[in-house]
Amino acid sequence: MQPIIQVKQLNKIYPGGFHALKNIELEIRRGEIFALLGPNGAGKTTLISVICGIVNPGEGQVLVDGMDIVRDYRQARQRIGLVPQELSVSIFETVWDTVTFSRGLFGKPRDPAYLEQLLRDLSLWDKRNNKIITLSGGMKRRVLIAKALSHQPDILFLDEPTAGVDVELRRDMWQMIRRLRDSGVTIILTTHYIEEAEDMADRIGVINKGEIVLVEDKNSLMQKLGKKQLTLQLQHPLPTIPAELHNYNLQLSEDQHQLIFSYDSDSEHKVIVNLLRKLEDLEIEFTDLHTTQSSLEDIFVGLLEETA
Amino acid sequence: MNIHAIKAIYLFELARTWRTLMQSIASPVLSTSLYFIVFGSAIGSRMVAIDGISYGAFIVPGLIMLTVLTESTSNASFGIYMPKFSGTIYEILSAPVSAVEIVMGYVGAAATKSLLLGLIILGTARIFVDYSIAHPFWMLGFLILTAITFSLFGFIIGVMANSFEQLQIVPMMVIMPLTFLGGSFYSISMLPPVWQTITLFNPVVYLISGFRWSFYGVADVNVGLSLGMILMFMLTCVGIIGWIFRTGYKVKV
Ligand SMILES: Nc1ncnc2c1ncn2[C@@H]1O[C@H](COP(=O)(O)OP(=O)(O)OP(=O)(O)O)[C@@H](O)[C@H]1O
Ligand SMILES: [Mg+2]
Repeated sequence: MQPIIQVKQLNKIYPGGFHALKNIELEIRRGEIFALLGPNGAGKTTLISVICGIVNPGEGQVLVDGMDIVRDYRQARQRIGLVPQELSVSIFETVWDTVTFSRGLFGKPRDPAYLEQLLRDLSLWDKRNNKIITLSGGMKRRVLIAKALSHQPDILFLDEPTAGVDVELRRDMWQMIRRLRDSGVTIILTTHYIEEAEDMADRIGVINKGEIVLVEDKNSLMQKLGKKQLTLQLQHPLPTIPAELHNYNLQLSEDQHQLIFSYDSDSEHKVIVNLLRKLEDLEIEFTDLHTTQSSLEDIFVGLLEETA
Repeated sequence: MNIHAIKAIYLFELARTWRTLMQSIASPVLSTSLYFIVFGSAIGSRMVAIDGISYGAFIVPGLIMLTVLTESTSNASFGIYMPKFSGTIYEILSAPVSAVEIVMGYVGAAATKSLLLGLIILGTARIFVDYSIAHPFWMLGFLILTAITFSLFGFIIGVMANSFEQLQIVPMMVIMPLTFLGGSFYSISMLPPVWQTITLFNPVVYLISGFRWSFYGVADVNVGLSLGMILMFMLTCVGIIGWIFRTGYKVKV
């Protein structure tokens, strides 16, 4: 199937000469949740802004469902909803007026029933007649989400949607995003909470200094780059690692009571069985054991250090 | 054509007017009324008639123009400057709207508002002075053309401005003096010859002259010339706005 978004050799140089996006190649699949990760200033917002039409593209091309974002801007933009990183919304308007405005702006006829449902889903219905200036930061962010969804887009960009949102609300938000995905909406989000990406995303993209460093299926990424560790609690301290075990990636803790075995997540099961058998042969006894797996965060930090 | 979007922007801008009714309608009406009382009724009764028109009646078209020019400019400039300033412009930029539609929404709303204001002041003037309108159709025509032209002009200022101060400087420092010196309160023929010539470089002269002609059938300059000047100024503004959107100047980086 044709990707819903294709970014081809995209460059962006800001006036002043800063090269914010460098030869970006990216494809977003239909109906997926794509998490774009990267440190501050990596170019996440710039990339989203180019796709949404807020910032002029430089060299390169962006297609939304096959439509060029410059030439066919109308058709392309109708499909897209954007929740910006900044909380910019006209504060003297009411919640109801602002979502009505957004829907009209995107060329859709009025549909009060849909907007009511939308506000109810975002727990904003009670606040519909409040001026936005009277809302809290988390509510304002939900108003921005409501505005972005007011014209029923099938592609949704969320630029750090959970910044400044409390735990409970964040959970609600993710539930809503999952519901949207289930209804067929493609979601591209950025976040600095990597656990979120780990939880939510189907695929992960990492951008650093304007370059896409990696795009991977989340599960295979975690398998491929994820490290596992098996920690054995020893009955008796072990002064040195015996020569017979030298071809295993083993480490000894300082108190000599723990033996730590590091292995790739995708390595064969047999390695562990073999290791344990060897330990038995060598009469090294252990009282307890546990395994740990590196998180996406560890992978992410590792990647950035590599490309730094 | 994205009619829904034009309507959304237009209604949003008019809603802003209702929210600030005192500032946007009551205050210009009050200040113009003061002019009518002071210059029309009080001083005007001691002044000789100009071109056979009583002084009070003579200043009515000029004062309406003064309000329509300043209000069109400041309204339209504020309308587009605010989203730029507050960041809400992201939504306009990301929407499936063309430059023409954006301008129609913002400029249409600003022009509507100052047109209404002009008509309200016209009605208010009736309380203080007696006037007649010889060519009502042309009167309305000049009013609409001027409202649109200066709303376009205001739109340009709003896009260019980098601060609230810059936003207010043009209506204050340019439009006001040009209007006062453009024959709101006197006929150009009352000036010494040198000043008459200099005054002809003031575009507002043509607006006021044409507008006054639609009331009393007398004009400082030929009506056709007045109309031509307004249209030329309008086309210049349209050209500049076209350039702004083509280049993204001060709107999009
Ligand atoms: N309007 C602009 N003019 C010049 N440079 C800009 C502009 N906007 C952004 N930049 C620069 O482009 C780079 C990328 O910025 P961008 O906002 O895309 O980063 P980001 O990945 O979204 O960061 P964050 O996580 O902090 O939101 C930064 O170095 C920034 O300073
Ligand atoms: Mg950002």
